[in-house]
Amino acid sequence: MRRNQVAVVGAAETTELGVIPNMSQIQLHADAALNAIADAGLKLSDIDGFATAVETPQQMAHYLGITPTWVDGTSVGGCSFMLHVRHAAAAIEAGLCKTVLITHAESGKSMIGKQPRFTAPDSLNGQFESPFGVYGPPSMFPIPVLRFMKTHGITHEQLAMVAVVQREWAAKNPRATMKDPITVADVLNSRMIAYPFRLLQCCLVTDGGGALILTSADRAKDFPQKPVYILGTGESVETPMVSQMKTFDSSRAFKVAGPLAFKEAGITHKDVDHLMIYDAFAHLPLYGLGDLGFMPHEETGKFIADGNTRPGGKLPLNTNGGGLSYMHSGMYGMYALQESVRQMRGIAPAQVPNAKISVCHGVGGMFAASGTIIFTNER
Amino acid sequence: MAEPARAKPKPTPETQHFWDGTKAGELRLQRCDACANVYFPPRPFCPSCASRKVSVFKASGKGKLYSYVINHRPAAPGFTPPYAIAIVELDEGPRMMSNIIDCPQTPEALELDMPLEVAFEALDDKITLPLFRPAKG
Repeated sequence: MRRNQVAVVGAAETTELGVIPNMSQIQLHADAALNAIADAGLKLSDIDGFATAVETPQQMAHYLGITPTWVDGTSVGGCSFMLHVRHAAAAIEAGLCKTVLITHAESGKSMIGKQPRFTAPDSLNGQFESPFGVYGPPSMFPIPVLRFMKTHGITHEQLAMVAVVQREWAAKNPRATMKDPITVADVLNSRMIAYPFRLLQCCLVTDGGGALILTSADRAKDFPQKPVYILGTGESVETPMVSQMKTFDSSRAFKVAGPLAFKEAGITHKDVDHLMIYDAFAHLPLYGLGDLGFMPHEETGKFIADGNTRPGGKLPLNTNGGGLSYMHSGMYGMYALQESVRQMRGIAPAQVPNAKISVCHGVGGMFAASGTIIFTNER
Repeated sequence: MAEPARAKPKPTPETQHFWDGTKAGELRLQRCDACANVYFPPRPFCPSCASRKVSVFKASGKGKLYSYVINHRPAAPGFTPPYAIAIVELDEGPRMMSNIIDCPQTPEALELDMPLEVAFEALDDKITLPLFRPAKG
């Protein structure tokens, strides 16, 4: 895909984040969509391309009153929205549509109008994982981490520092769910969830949503907001079974999606001013820093523990507080994208001064899928 | 009221040989006749070279502990926390999820790379699960 041909011209989250007991999941989608439409100065009738995940595109298009000529229902977990951005950019460039709306919302905490997850007993997961006691992401996502730690020499304290540093960012963000400072000792003394991970190393469970609007870069200059251009993109999938990852010391899906986006963007790691790595659990930023090529995996724990990713550090990472402290409705990728867009617009609560390039990396399922979007505010 | 039971696998035509094997006290894997790739989970073709000529064979049942979590909460139905969910790397190469029996469910007892051997636990007259225990000797 060519660089900087498509731009984000609308971006918004739901009016509230956190616990939203007065809205169903589809209404959370609509709340985010209407906020994004207002942000872009558009009407819903201007939208001719639509993408969403978990909820079907037909469900949400009908609820919103949209008649799209291009649709994407890619649903590969929490990075689905990175894939939607990539697909939408290609569709806009190909002339399949002009103005794309991407929505995410999840009633992850209140569970209103949300279908429960179910693993069929005759699926491969149902036959070869469920019988051994996996029960939701906390029992599954951390399964590779002990091997990762042994291979790369990562310590429990370094993994605790991921949560500590992200709380520092969250403290600067009025919309973050958890803002009180925490220490390594707080993390290592918090309730055990699935060894080696404790409560403060696991994502929040909240309600909320977000929406993005994309159009061609040539049209973007006519919109009220500062355009945020798509500089590079990548995607991949590996396996829905965490037990069957090719290796536990890195993620194949990360290693395909990340470098693809860097190559397309034509940038090096030194060019990156701002970084988002989807942090459903504390090990993900370490996988991401290594698999995206910022440094060898062996150095990732020390890099974070030394403060390089904290406010004022040389590589600001997860500047909204991340899934650990900002919010996590179940599919966090949309919120990572929203923060990248805010940083590129220059309006983030914890703004990185003069940030020009933002890398936004998402994971889907338990290392099942991955999407990387690189944004810039310069064309 | 009956205790909630652990999730029970339901075989498909492609996986029936595996579950027939565990019932017979054998851990069965598949090997590609064309490229010799050994793979898991079961399927009637080689995921490495796409050959449909593949054979089922009885694996050694030996392996080592590749990684694990010790799950505290929430616990799956039929499990009493804390319990380890383990990944076993079989001597033949493939990895599979399982549980470790005859071993304290603690980080001290569960050492990465410790040798393991398969043990079979019948859930009912149709389904037997492959579990693993620390290898003897």
